[in-house]
Amino acid sequence: MTNTKIVSPKKDMIFMAILSAVVLTMPLWLQPFGAAYPDLMQKFMIFGIFAIGYNILFGLTGYLSFGHAAFLGVGSYTAVWSFKLLSMNVIPALLFGTVLSGLFALAIGFVSLRRSGIYFSILTLAFAQMSYNLAYSVLTPITNGETGLQLEQADPRVLDRMSGIEANSSLPTPNLFGIEGVGYSGFYICAALMLISFFIYLRIFRSPFGLKLRAIKSNQNRMSYTGYSTRPYLMTAFVISGMYAGLAGSLLAVTDPLAGAERMQWTASGEVVLITILGGVGTLIGPLLGAGIIKYFENIFSAFNDTVLLNAFSFLPDWLAHGVASVVGLFVGEGWHLTLGLVFMLIVIFLPGGIMEGISRLARLVTNRSKSDPKSDTHENKEKEQTSAGEV
Amino acid sequence: MSEYILDVTDVDKNFGGLKALSDINLRVKEGTVHAIIGPNGAGKSTLLNVIVGRLAPNRGRVLLGDQVLTGKEPYEINQLGVARVFQTPEIFPELSLLQNVMVPAFAKREGIFKMNFIKSLFAEKEILEHAEHLLEDVGLLQHKDHLAGSMSRGDKRRLELAMCLGQQPKLFLLDEPTAGMSRHDTNRTIDLLKRIKERGMTKVIIEHDMHVVFSLADRISVLAQGAIICEGTPEEVRNDPRVKEAYLGGETV
Repeated sequence: MTNTKIVSPKKDMIFMAILSAVVLTMPLWLQPFGAAYPDLMQKFMIFGIFAIGYNILFGLTGYLSFGHAAFLGVGSYTAVWSFKLLSMNVIPALLFGTVLSGLFALAIGFVSLRRSGIYFSILTLAFAQMSYNLAYSVLTPITNGETGLQLEQADPRVLDRMSGIEANSSLPTPNLFGIEGVGYSGFYICAALMLISFFIYLRIFRSPFGLKLRAIKSNQNRMSYTGYSTRPYLMTAFVISGMYAGLAGSLLAVTDPLAGAERMQWTASGEVVLITILGGVGTLIGPLLGAGIIKYFENIFSAFNDTVLLNAFSFLPDWLAHGVASVVGLFVGEGWHLTLGLVFMLIVIFLPGGIMEGISRLARLVTNRSKSDPKSDTHENKEKEQTSAGEV
Repeated sequence: MSEYILDVTDVDKNFGGLKALSDINLRVKEGTVHAIIGPNGAGKSTLLNVIVGRLAPNRGRVLLGDQVLTGKEPYEINQLGVARVFQTPEIFPELSLLQNVMVPAFAKREGIFKMNFIKSLFAEKEILEHAEHLLEDVGLLQHKDHLAGSMSRGDKRRLELAMCLGQQPKLFLLDEPTAGMSRHDTNRTIDLLKRIKERGMTKVIIEHDMHVVFSLADRISVLAQGAIICEGTPEEVRNDPRVKEAYLGGETV
């Protein structure tokens, strides 16, 4: 078990450098996969932030929240309101989105963390569904109900107007002092924030605070006989992960200034659970991989439609091609969730530690076969370390 | 400051109609080892649970030095200086041995709650050295990077001892520290406990194994059916006819 060794800060910096390089060169190396367009890469980053934040709660403390989409939604709404009322600059939007989600998490956590296990999950789910329904009904003045909250030409944008920026004929776009929040520049804004978030997340993992959270997951009983009040620790983790979700939500609004209530629905909460488990719960890099993979396949699979399928199977006799296409059709396009469900089942049954466990098994296989001395500093080993944390 | 570090006065504990503890009075002098023995179901573990705050007594009061423990949460009681080893080892199975020992050491240093995201290298190094020293003390240093859950039962118990010792408790409660251990492991544990005794740490120990009790205890209380029927030095207890009747069944020790 290498994960339990104290990792030197220097190794972490190397790790961060590698990660930054990999992330920032995404537009290049994603080209062959057909995923190098900004919209999708932004999603990788945003859901990456969402998932690593979620991992702080679920991965470290073991508390399974089924309501994190509520924080995503709060972040989005807040960001759009900040665009409408204050400025099209992304900084206040991100700031308010993150802080308000944190406050929201404080309130929900205050109630939910009185229980653990399944009761905690149900409480968070109930709160999220409540927020979702409120957004559609009572809170319509704030959320604009089913239409969703949108920007308008006539929005006050107090700060912008004060500094003399007037929207011209078209709707203004969110920007960071002129750098637009859409397209490639939008991707780089998201990427930079993801890397900053990841660095903080890495520090939390390595800190004594992170160690205590893991201890809570491991044996809460021993924790209380060891002189810790566990509630404030759980609360802190919950609020931090809520803020990560809020940041992700505001970024969704930055890249596409529109907020709808469906972002808070339980399916969205379920998605982040899925991403985290698929990648590897409690592993450092797993949630990022999970986010990338799910968003990538969602994009690929949901693009298939009947015509594409028929073309693909055109080498078969006509009657067979139709049959095969209709069967395969169940798994792609709108039905891609079926594929996701199947893959998820396979992962949970055969690789409970997620993709990270798969990678570490492969790595072990390779090192055993070649019987070479362990390469202490390689990326592979690093991942292995994290995976062992996730396995246990 | 009274001369007793632990002072249990008139404690009653009922579970429904069952009187688990009645009129318990127990005083433990600083620096001594006090054993509590008694047949199964006599209320020994219940008494420990009352002391550490897991159970609230129906009547009576528990003092640690001059501080009242009754009504406090387990973590508060621990912060006041009471550490406990459980009948089945309560450790952190998913953490390494070293981390297992570091967590209580941080508790001792930082109190009930502290957020320290920024790792203070200085403090961490100190805690790390402290933890390694503790593991060395119980003979587990060579396994420091292993997962605690993968260790044998005897090793888990020794680990739990190290975790508690790391907090330098004023009062150390041990609930059958050698239960389920092999003879060899038992003897190692006795040696370890004797070494700790030399450091002047007050201990209350519940034990079935008379070999352990008589080789460690300064005083012994005998508990039967929720009441203390006899208290004295090992010699006195050994020769007390009531004890033989209630607990030893006439068998000589």
